[in-house]
Amino acid sequence: MKILVCISKAPDTTSKIAFTDGNSKFDENGVQFVVNPYDEWYALVRALEIKESTGGHVTIINVGQGSDDAIIRKALAIGADEAVRIDAEAKDAYYVAMQIAAYAKDNAYDLVLTGKETINYNGSQVGGMIAEGLSIPFVSLGSKLEISGTTLTVEREIVGGVQVIEVEAPAVISCAKGMAEQRIPNMRGIMAARTKPLNVIPAVDIADLTSFVSYEMPGEKSAVKIIDPENMDELVALLHSEAKVI
Amino acid sequence: MILVYINSTNGISKASFEAVTYAKKLGDVIALSNGSLSSDDLAHIGSYGASKVLVDRGVSGDDQQQVTRMIAEVASSNGVNTVVFSHDLHGKSIAPMLSVSMKAGLVQGAISLPDAEGCIDVNVFSGKAIGKVKVNSSSKIISLLPNSLPPEETGTACAVEEVATQAGNALIKVLSTKKPEGEIPLPEAELVVSAGRGLKGPENWGMVEDLAQILGAATACSRPVADIGWRPHHEHVGQTGVAIRPNLYIAIGISGAIQHLAGVNGSKVIVVVNTDPEAPFFKAADYGVVGDAFEVVPRLNEALKKFKAS
Repeated sequence: MKILVCISKAPDTTSKIAFTDGNSKFDENGVQFVVNPYDEWYALVRALEIKESTGGHVTIINVGQGSDDAIIRKALAIGADEAVRIDAEAKDAYYVAMQIAAYAKDNAYDLVLTGKETINYNGSQVGGMIAEGLSIPFVSLGSKLEISGTTLTVEREIVGGVQVIEVEAPAVISCAKGMAEQRIPNMRGIMAARTKPLNVIPAVDIADLTSFVSYEMPGEKSAVKIIDPENMDELVALLHSEAKVI
Repeated sequence: MILVYINSTNGISKASFEAVTYAKKLGDVIALSNGSLSSDDLAHIGSYGASKVLVDRGVSGDDQQQVTRMIAEVASSNGVNTVVFSHDLHGKSIAPMLSVSMKAGLVQGAISLPDAEGCIDVNVFSGKAIGKVKVNSSSKIISLLPNSLPPEETGTACAVEEVATQAGNALIKVLSTKKPEGEIPLPEAELVVSAGRGLKGPENWGMVEDLAQILGAATACSRPVADIGWRPHHEHVGQTGVAIRPNLYIAIGISGAIQHLAGVNGSKVIVVVNTDPEAPFFKAADYGVVGDAFEVVPRLNEALKKFKAS
């Protein structure tokens, strides 16, 4: 099975969130970047497990600039066979997805995996957009994936429950918790990653559909009101009359 | 014309009425649904501002790509320039496909109406910042985060019209669907009671479940508690678990690590119960109780029972 795994660069969870250029740009100063956890822990690791059990080939794809190469090498160290970086600034989700769709169209993958969302923009957009761009089925929020021949059996989260579905490859699946467990790259993987192919290819001409004009920090939360642990009647009264939530 | 897509598989949610209310503030509204919900129930959408409801009975909703084709066709034949979704798991999956199909810029997880420049606020960096998104295309898609504005019931029921779109066949075959019986699904719960390692063992969850029952709340937990198997994984809220934004989140014996906060900081009101006054969670809380959960929670349960009875 030929699998394409889409990875995005994201700031580590503990990063300080700040903005520059009149609050129009994320301040990357001193920020540690990682492979977006949903892409790495769930999409990439599941792709590797499939390759290990049934054979195949795992390609990483990223839309970004040279500064993304570090996280691409990390994904290679975890075990992907090769990587492709489409050399462009990731303008918006549509732009990124159409770049990936254009590449995938020419290279016939059986399966395209993404994380369920990135931890910086939390958009959950790219997977569905790639599927529509390729006119192949999309399954969102997969928590289990089994493959038999060209039939994909996916457990997915739906509104108010869990569903098991079947779909024929090729398809795009966005991966969530349950799909696989995080893998730490070992020294052999890290060494091997240095010589694995990382092909940088030019972007195709696509207009973005949205832009982030500016950012702001949410208003300071008013200080916590401390309630006497002996007096839960007071807490209940406040939740009812002040917070109006019960 | 504004089109609101309504997922009516499990009836019509409050979040769907919020989406209609939101759309009504942007212009004239029609609604579109699919599946088997009765026309009487669908007509109720009119009360929130839709002039009519279209429904395609031949589309089940299991294949979200089929739903996408249905919406695109109805949008194109009704001169629709903006499509509004409720940002639940269903809308969240369909909206990106429709964005490609209509070449319409998507605002995923909107929390505000467009401002004077047409920018719409969304949460970014797991709720740690707000981004202002501008749509550059002439058509727009807005997926509205639940709980962002109150639904306004101002009108009366409207006409329901059955349509048969050329949405094609479903390519996804459903083998089984599991819906937890009796439990309130966590992502949709308005009240959530959550507990962590401070409870010392799974045998102590009784008082937390009592609290949830008295309130009519869903139960949740922190990651360590799910990882060591004290609670089921689907209850885990946080960065790598479920992200929730209920009206009330009560956290008992959870210190409030940044990864946990990322999943709950959209909650309207946060109550924290912890023995450690230095627990970072107090900084994110609206109400704090510094005390032993084993004394505080039973006392809170009694106080709530008294309140509910009065």
